[in-house]
Amino acid sequence: MTVMRYAEALNAALREEMQRDPSVFLFGEDIGRYGGVFKVSKGLRDEFGDARVRDTPISEQALTAMAVTAAMSGTRPVLEIMYADFLPLSLDALVNQASVFTYLWEGQVDIPFVLRTQGGGGVGTGAQHAKSLDAMVCHIPGIKVVAPATPADAKGLLKSAIRDRQPVVFLEHKLLYNTRGEVPDGDDVLVPIGKAKTVVEGKHVSIFASSKMVIEAENAAKLLAKDGVEAEVIDLRTLRPLDLDAIRRSIAKTNHAVVVNEGWTFCGYASELSATIMEHCFDDLDAPVARVAMPDMAIPYSEPLEMAVLPNAVKIAAAAKKALA
Amino acid sequence: MINAPSTDELKDIHHKMVVTRELEEVLGAYAKEGKTRGPIHRCDGQEAVGVAACAALRADDYVCTTHRGHHVYVGKGLTTRGIVAEIFGRETGYCKGRGGHMLLGDVKTGMLGGNAIVGAGIPAATGMALSMQILKQDRVSMVVFGDGAAQTGICHEAMNMAGLWKLPVIFVLENNQYGLTVRQEVQSPVEDLSVRAAGYAMPGEIVDGNDVEAVYRAVAAAAERARRGDGPTLIEAKTYRVKGFSTSDMGGYQSEEEMAPWLERDPIKLSAEKLSALVGADTVAAIEAAARAEVAQAFETALSDPFPTFEIHAPSAAYSETK
Repeated sequence: MTVMRYAEALNAALREEMQRDPSVFLFGEDIGRYGGVFKVSKGLRDEFGDARVRDTPISEQALTAMAVTAAMSGTRPVLEIMYADFLPLSLDALVNQASVFTYLWEGQVDIPFVLRTQGGGGVGTGAQHAKSLDAMVCHIPGIKVVAPATPADAKGLLKSAIRDRQPVVFLEHKLLYNTRGEVPDGDDVLVPIGKAKTVVEGKHVSIFASSKMVIEAENAAKLLAKDGVEAEVIDLRTLRPLDLDAIRRSIAKTNHAVVVNEGWTFCGYASELSATIMEHCFDDLDAPVARVAMPDMAIPYSEPLEMAVLPNAVKIAAAAKKALA
Repeated sequence: MINAPSTDELKDIHHKMVVTRELEEVLGAYAKEGKTRGPIHRCDGQEAVGVAACAALRADDYVCTTHRGHHVYVGKGLTTRGIVAEIFGRETGYCKGRGGHMLLGDVKTGMLGGNAIVGAGIPAATGMALSMQILKQDRVSMVVFGDGAAQTGICHEAMNMAGLWKLPVIFVLENNQYGLTVRQEVQSPVEDLSVRAAGYAMPGEIVDGNDVEAVYRAVAAAAERARRGDGPTLIEAKTYRVKGFSTSDMGGYQSEEEMAPWLERDPIKLSAEKLSALVGADTVAAIEAAARAEVAQAFETALSDPFPTFEIHAPSAAYSETK
């Protein structure tokens, strides 16, 4: 085990996969000479050269479309989209290109490309640089979506994503890059896509979260413990395909569910979780599923305003108590 | 002449143009009887662009095209039977009926797809060229796209990167003068779209899109340039769309006066004249008869082929993930 920051763990995953497979290449804005605005690709241009670690113009729409066909024709592109807020520019290529041709062409092509991006609020970046648009990409069939919360999962999932045959949207969080954690040593330690992880065991209520919201959920579990409530926290890790077995097992034990997502509430990822739980676990539920998500509005800039709208441990704990009442 | 097609190539091009025209005419007749599904976008009058451009490439080069791409499919070497079967939704179609006439793809022949999002083929071919450059291959990619697609934002973004990185891609702008019902001069302030190449540091050339030799020579030169590592080329092939936007187009915006000179310069007629001088009228007539027979046979076989049945399987990833 080595203690690493989340950004360093991602960097190690990129380096190892580029060393392992010469068809892996990185492109995106500011990722080369500068090493990425969050320093995830730091040092990689020096090691692998301009051709494989490529600074690009500000052209997200074409870049995403190019990643799709580069992936069809023999390479494994890893595209960095600097902010998740720019994902709407990538959507045409994801919705109309990346997600359709494997099926339409009857498996003639694999599309092994990874779109890395980061979202989330909490540091005053304003309404156009703080959103979590998880639901927007999770809506698209044929695309996998992962959102790791820890350095170990960041590394292991990014390696799995790069080796996957399908397009993977890899959602990072700007407030996680500097978090530290133990990361297993070894070039072939992968974290499988599609497997959730229980991070806190409990028997009264299940809290389902991903990315930075896992930390909020863990803090909520501590708050709830003071009142004698034993919350179970499940880190989904992969948003699509969902680990339905893990969800079922936990709810069978706790009979209560709180679903958390930093994105908007209406038609949001938490809504999808809620509907899925309702369909598959109805007989095990003693109370309606509680959603904790962003209000349906633009994220304000001023600190007290921004903090008021973001989901957090206090809101999660309150939702859990209401479900248990 | 440098990069000129051989007589055998001209014969093959003529054959494929007649196959394409016959395919369009028979499809038109089926559409009129209500026997096709969804719209059909015919490329009558534009055959020289798709067929001659593909003829100038190697079999392992990648090509992508638009919703109006039958000439490119035939040009790249797809079988008429497989195309017709796909258009009629049969199991024997290139995509077993999943794609339809606009979204057909066949990796073996290097046809990486028709595309019905206007402009999407431009970054698509550019992305393939990026792969080729990274893998240090000597292949090229080519996109055939229209004057409507030339007005999209992704066209600018992709051409900018292609020029910047000297990617081995050939941009064949098939200027048929219409984006759906709107004429090009209502969509663009410049008459010759090829002038835009200057902004991307690539050569821009205008060719007569109804002249197979002109199209062939320009694409062959662009392919040589791309394989040398000198980057992309923009070729504007001037032509005309004679059968409207699609089989659901109600018309009324293309005048007979406007169309007449283009019908006079029908690319198949021009090709037949030139080829007759080389190989004699009898040989040309035999090529055309064989092409028509091939299409008739393709329809007869494909229309008695079975329909696919719906199943959840690995390529339908959307379904395979849910238990």
